[in-house]
Amino acid sequence: MSPSSSIAAEPGAVPAPDEHHEHHPSYLVDGTTVKSWLLTLDHKRIGVMYLIWVLLFFLIGGIYALVVRLELLTPGPTLIDAMTYNRAFTMHGVVMIFLFMIPAIPGAFGNFMLPLMLGAKDVAFPRLNLLSLYLLLTGAVIAIWGMINGGMDTGWTFYTPYSTHTTTTVAPILFGAFIIGFSSIATGLNFIVTTHTMRAPGITWWKMPLFVWAMYATACIQVLATPVLGLVLLLVVGEHIFHFGIFDPAQGGDPVLFQHLFWFYSHPAVYIMVLPAFGVMSEVVAAFSRKNIFGYRAVAFSSLGIAFVGFFAWGHHMFVSGQSTFNAGVFAVLTMLVGVFTAIKVFNWVGTVYKGAVDFKTPFAYFCGFLYFTVFGGMTGVAFATASLDVPWHDTYFVVAHFHFIMVGATIMAFMAAIHYWFPKMFGKMYHEGWGLVSAALIILGFNATFIPQFLLGNAGMPRRYYEYPERFETLNVASTAGASLLAFGFLISAIYLTYALVYGRRAASNPWRSRGYEWMTESPPPTHNFVGPQPTYSEEPHFYVEPKKAEVPDAV
Amino acid sequence: MQSSPATAGAAGVPYRPQVAAHFASLEVQNHAARLGMWLFLATEILLFAGLFVIYANYRFLFPEAFALASRELNLNFGTFNTLLLITSSFTAAMAVHYAKEAQNKKVVGMFVLTILMALGFLVVKYFEYEHKFHEHQLPGPYYAFPGLTLPGASAYFTIYFLSTGLHAFHVIIGMIVLGWVTLKAMRNEFSHHNYTAVELGSMYWHLVDLVWIFLFPMLYLI
Repeated sequence: MSPSSSIAAEPGAVPAPDEHHEHHPSYLVDGTTVKSWLLTLDHKRIGVMYLIWVLLFFLIGGIYALVVRLELLTPGPTLIDAMTYNRAFTMHGVVMIFLFMIPAIPGAFGNFMLPLMLGAKDVAFPRLNLLSLYLLLTGAVIAIWGMINGGMDTGWTFYTPYSTHTTTTVAPILFGAFIIGFSSIATGLNFIVTTHTMRAPGITWWKMPLFVWAMYATACIQVLATPVLGLVLLLVVGEHIFHFGIFDPAQGGDPVLFQHLFWFYSHPAVYIMVLPAFGVMSEVVAAFSRKNIFGYRAVAFSSLGIAFVGFFAWGHHMFVSGQSTFNAGVFAVLTMLVGVFTAIKVFNWVGTVYKGAVDFKTPFAYFCGFLYFTVFGGMTGVAFATASLDVPWHDTYFVVAHFHFIMVGATIMAFMAAIHYWFPKMFGKMYHEGWGLVSAALIILGFNATFIPQFLLGNAGMPRRYYEYPERFETLNVASTAGASLLAFGFLISAIYLTYALVYGRRAASNPWRSRGYEWMTESPPPTHNFVGPQPTYSEEPHFYVEPKKAEVPDAV
Repeated sequence: MQSSPATAGAAGVPYRPQVAAHFASLEVQNHAARLGMWLFLATEILLFAGLFVIYANYRFLFPEAFALASRELNLNFGTFNTLLLITSSFTAAMAVHYAKEAQNKKVVGMFVLTILMALGFLVVKYFEYEHKFHEHQLPGPYYAFPGLTLPGASAYFTIYFLSTGLHAFHVIIGMIVLGWVTLKAMRNEFSHHNYTAVELGSMYWHLVDLVWIFLFPMLYLI
């Protein structure tokens, strides 16, 4: 690292004096043994370990995605046989959803930032926090063991009766997901209790950073929805081993009941993935527009609103599963309410940028991509909520493209924005801004190039999860695979310059963005107990910028 | 534990729980623990809620088979077990009362009674299960009871074994939790400064009781 960083010379940035660090070492160097990391109770170290693991899982899921895309490059068999293809798309879904999207932002950034944003020294239950990480890893090991030894071909939705009859290795993978569920519950429970009991004096409910609000709403879903998934997964494992017939129509069972119970969790789970993303973006947009969020309470309430309505929208996955028209209508309207709450957020984010002093750094670039994916993914979602439109689109690539836009696109954008925005906070180093913008552009373009062809394919009638397809779909499939390669290339660049920054990056100032988010009120990287000396006072709301146009940002656009 | 409880008890000095470094005060720490427990109980209720939904669904699909199958359960055993669990909830509640008054011996007594009643519950359950095995009133494909051959009867016994089995598992966990709190009470740890562990253990036990209070009418009465 080079101590003579240009950032440190900028006004407003306060580099921490070195002798200060000798008394209060940053969490990164306070204990360097392997044990001091693996058995740490420090929420920051647990957050960093989460980050490392979810990145690994993201890599595994990404490799499966590339295998699927390469297979679909030509209409016939290309690379792998049909059974391997079924396993690959199942594993892509299982790994990405249960091991990346659900734990990623809460586990890595929620753990790291939530106590800092609340002025607390740690989460309420540090041991439970560490346990949640090891539960995730235990579940991951069991599930990945199952994937290597047999794999599974049901798709990540495990629909019965197929999942109870397939000869592939269902049991360990579902049992792994069951254990991962406990990890998710533990994280959510911890965050709710932390938010209720650990707020520093001065941080009232209506002064909490919006990331905390989003994490709180997420945690409510995690605690209330995940137990139902746990039960369902256990039942399917039991069905697979003992053939009780609970979900098997041949034995008088009801497979649609499985779908109800499964989506009762798995629809709210979509908001477990995307609400943290909304929270990250509420922070990023305020910090890089140098304006407090427009409509703070509306944004906070809409997080809770999405969490609440999300519980009553699961039926929209089952418009063609034999639901009554009345049910379909009710679920359609409730689903559209999610769109209303999301639109409230989108307008408030745009209102925040309006007349702000925008500092177009990498996190803001990802914010722009995020806004685009949320709006277009969300609007296709409202279209899907219309039961009559869902019927022709059901189980086509239009669904795949839709949920990759809203659920994956939004979450990935936020995850990347969070890595860049909080990189100096977490590691005290600065990444290369130029490469950051280049890779952001590649990732956003690659994502579009991957999934816009899939929207078109789905609209033309190509079903999802098929191994082969007619000749006329070839052009668009090639385009999609090319887009996926571009996307992978973008991530590769990010991985390289971020790793480089971690090792050789120049030392970042304590608050290089001059952000007025609460988490920046302590040093970067923070000392083990988060604050040195007396507790900071939180007299102003988070992101309180005075007169943004006069903001002390020289390169504002 | 933080201080040596045996010495503390022997010297007559009340046991003082330590506040973890990240909490502002003991009150906050206890509040956090209670809130955490309530949330955990919420997850437990949702876990069982899935089974209740499954029951409701099949009751709707096979009303006659379910009505007849529920007559096959032994109502006397079920009623006895219900009374046993309600009484055990009372003794668990009394343990909290005594813990606040620092009467650790009575806490031990109440929890020992609770655990004994839990054990009694499991013994009765064992005899019920044994009878079901003997009659081949078993889940799914293992069902071979000649007295009731309506479609849906096997589904009833699948749900019966799943829900009572999951509940019995919770009874065992509850016994372990209460046993752990009893050990702490034996070391004279509880007083009005420190009774959170007793309270949380009792809360968990009340949940185990509450779930049974819903399972009993669902499986035995209606």
